Amino acid sequence: MDLFPKDRVEFILKDRDSESAIIKRRVYLAGLFILVFIILLLSRVFFLTVLQNDHYTTKAKENRQKILPIAPIRGLIYSYDGVILAENKPTYSLEVIPEKISDIDQLIGQLREIIHIDDRDIKRFKKLSGKKRRFERVPLRLNLTENEVALFSINRHLFSSVDVVEGFDRHYPLGEEFVHSIGYVARIDENDLKNISESGENSNYSATTHIGKLGIEESYESFLHGKVGYQKVEVNAEGRVIRVLERKAAKSGKNLYLTINLSLQRIATESLGRKKGAIVAVDPRDGRVLVFVSSPTYDPNKFASGIDTQLYNSLLSSKDKPLINRVIQGKYPPGSTIKPFLGLIALENGTSNTKKEVWCPGWFSLQGHEHRYRDWKKEGHGHTTLDKAIIQSCDVFFYNLAHQLGIDRIYAGLSRFGFGQISGIDINGEGVGLLPSREWKRNNMKEAWFPGETVILGIGQGYALTTPIQLVKATAAIATNGLLVSPRLVLGISSQGEEGLSFISDNTENKINLKNNIFWDEIVSSMKSVVHEVGGTAWRSGLNAKYYFAGKTGTAQIIGIAQEEEYKEEEIPEEFKDHALFIAFAPVKEPEIALAIIVENGGGGSRTAAPIARKMFDNFFMNRNLISKE
Amino acid sequence: MNEFSLGYRIHIDFILLFLILTLCSCGLVILYSASGQNIDLVYSQMVKLFIALLCMIFVAQIPPANLNRLSLFLYIFGIILLVLVMIFGDVGKGAQRWLDLKILRFQPSELMKISVPIIVSSYLSSRFLPPKFFRVIFSCVFIIIPVFLIAQQPDLGTALLVAIAGFSVIFIAGLSWRFLLSIFILSAFSIPLLWHFMRDYQRQRVLTFFDPEKDPLGAGYHIIQSKIAIGSGGFYGKGWLNGTQSHLEFLPERSTDFIFAVLCEEFGMLGVLVILTIYLLIILRGLYISYKAQDAFRQLLASGIILTFFVYIIVNMGMVTGQLPVVGVPLPLISYGGSSIVTLMASFGILMSIQTHKRFLKR
Repeated sequence: MDLFPKDRVEFILKDRDSESAIIKRRVYLAGLFILVFIILLLSRVFFLTVLQNDHYTTKAKENRQKILPIAPIRGLIYSYDGVILAENKPTYSLEVIPEKISDIDQLIGQLREIIHIDDRDIKRFKKLSGKKRRFERVPLRLNLTENEVALFSINRHLFSSVDVVEGFDRHYPLGEEFVHSIGYVARIDENDLKNISESGENSNYSATTHIGKLGIEESYESFLHGKVGYQKVEVNAEGRVIRVLERKAAKSGKNLYLTINLSLQRIATESLGRKKGAIVAVDPRDGRVLVFVSSPTYDPNKFASGIDTQLYNSLLSSKDKPLINRVIQGKYPPGSTIKPFLGLIALENGTSNTKKEVWCPGWFSLQGHEHRYRDWKKEGHGHTTLDKAIIQSCDVFFYNLAHQLGIDRIYAGLSRFGFGQISGIDINGEGVGLLPSREWKRNNMKEAWFPGETVILGIGQGYALTTPIQLVKATAAIATNGLLVSPRLVLGISSQGEEGLSFISDNTENKINLKNNIFWDEIVSSMKSVVHEVGGTAWRSGLNAKYYFAGKTGTAQIIGIAQEEEYKEEEIPEEFKDHALFIAFAPVKEPEIALAIIVENGGGGSRTAAPIARKMFDNFFMNRNLISKE
Repeated sequence: MNEFSLGYRIHIDFILLFLILTLCSCGLVILYSASGQNIDLVYSQMVKLFIALLCMIFVAQIPPANLNRLSLFLYIFGIILLVLVMIFGDVGKGAQRWLDLKILRFQPSELMKISVPIIVSSYLSSRFLPPKFFRVIFSCVFIIIPVFLIAQQPDLGTALLVAIAGFSVIFIAGLSWRFLLSIFILSAFSIPLLWHFMRDYQRQRVLTFFDPEKDPLGAGYHIIQSKIAIGSGGFYGKGWLNGTQSHLEFLPERSTDFIFAVLCEEFGMLGVLVILTIYLLIILRGLYISYKAQDAFRQLLASGIILTFFVYIIVNMGMVTGQLPVVGVPLPLISYGGSSIVTLMASFGILMSIQTHKRFLKR
């Protein structure tokens, strides 16, 4: 049966032909319509495939070809005697591109079933994810064991966005001993990224994850880093490499050889032991740093592999301040080590000569003042010449000398030796210390300079603060009759696989010219007597030496002692005990080594600091008998 | 050709069959490359094509007059299924389209692609053509009910095709130009209204269509990558299995909706010309069948079916070449996929049935 039965009458009346004609006309029309659309479509395809072919061919190429940077291998660092101090250790880490993960917690949950990931890893991962380049891999687990690498490889297909990445970790075999000179590398952070892009090194660092943060690692970054390589690869839509099309190897960084003499460094480190302080020795002729010790210290390897906040904070808040590089940042009153310099200034200015004597009753007073500036020797030194004043470290003589010179001449004189200025050593972060002047006091304390302040400056107390590196540079200047050389930790640079070193020799040299060169000899002779003449403050340290050396002890007070009080060492708590200082150079004739030693709260310079110098010299000259030559 | 020829006896139009088989063969070759040389997928497609061809032969045996009689039943059956899908349907790809019949999963919306042109043809041909105004309105109601239900699932592509299938029948039936013009104006005004009823993802597609670069990794990704694939093909193409866009997986849905881009990348403009020629020949054969059909019902149904087929092609290619918004319409007989192949073949079966069930009057 028909659902829509045709009306009989109408059907009869209906002209079947006219109805068919209507439909046929429309079918024609539809055919025309279809043709038009197909032509339109074809012209579109023609436009894309033929006319815009070049454009889209390029785009397709951009799509599938990626240029992947290859990180260069960082240069190694050796000591002067060829012992490796900074190397690259291969490690495997589990890395993730955070942008590609939708649910990181779920991913970690799945990974934990095969690989151990603790909460500290997760914390570090989240911290690092926050500050990195876009689409850069972030390590989730470091230092995978071989077993873990194998385990992950088996389950690789489950984690399309996770990779085991082979990389190199910076490792410092003698970590703690060298952290203050070599510094360390750490992960590139936002700040570094800014610096890198400002210096136009963006592409060179595109594959680099770590950068020198401190010490030589920082200041020689441009040598150590090397040149980035690249490989042109074909990738699929997921970014996975299908094949390598082209490859240019990275150029490894340059190796550095340090001036540091490892065995001497060892002696110094051991001598200082657990005490706080700094020991720095240089070759006075060219500024090569032979010893660079700052104590206490810390392990740089923790920084290279990503330090956790807890450890960092404990280092930061430790009252021993291990993070401070005492050699270049420690600020100490120079104490009596200032005396040879003041002696030179006085000779130069004519306010003193070798004959002039001063009566030392054990104290000094300014005219019209009650205040007594005491000598360390209560009963006094009696008649004292400049020579004796240096040998016995007579304070009264230098109170007097300083008073006669006046602050302006002291300031000008000490400035010539580099006090109050950076030494220009080849690592960053150096402090300037403090060389006071009238102007400085006016600007900083809104007060005029008092004569009493000049007096105590005569024994290196008061405002004056010096860094050990300044002190050793100035000592080297005495040793060389006025040669001022910026200390230098890096001796030379060698390229990987190449013989020979290229030496770095852009030391800034300055010559201090005195009116009469005999002044140098006079002061050096006094300093020699300090250790080699009975009664010299460090005479015990000079006993039976197979060479002559010259030195000056110093004891820097860190608390004031009232007028009528006595300094009783055993009653003073450790942290308020005096700092022990010693500066020295050897041999007296044609010196090869100059040093500055500061032992914090070590008590007297002669007792604590000078014996360290002796041990170091003994090691340095070994069995050379230099006395017979003189 | 006469009533005693083989084709008439087994109700197969060999010209149409030949064209369809040629197209399907080309499709399998493209699919092999598009699927990343996944031969299993190609076998699976062959099985689907085989089932669909059996379906076509079966439908071709049904005389058109029976379809005419069954039209309302088919239509109501389809509507009931659509309502069931709304209530019990499976959710796949964020849309509720599938009806799980335990043995096979089935999209009732596919059935409407055939039953809507049948009922409209049947209804309109029951009276003298061109149709009177109220009959046009009534036909529209027949169309709009399923279209609305399908759009609710939401399946914009199928809804569009069902609507096209119905309206093309009305157009062929001789819809007055005045009416057509007013519909056109009316729909232009209804676009804001339509926007209001669209789902978020549908709106996103439309927005992306106008500015694909705005969201190159999200919604615009499809169209950008597809254009790169097409454009980089050139006139001769990169060669079979050599398309970098498809083989390195930059092109999404390359074995289904975006297979045309694979064709363009690997066979270039030349390949497009070949495929379009085959399509055009199928359409022309369809129009010829319609032209030669013996009564209004057959004529309307045949041309409705072939116009729908054409719209299929144009919407898919327009989408892939970036001229139309992305609606999920496969490239007929080439894209990988089950449900729509069966429907397509069934509609070709109807065409064959119309062509081969003729009453030859003895003169």
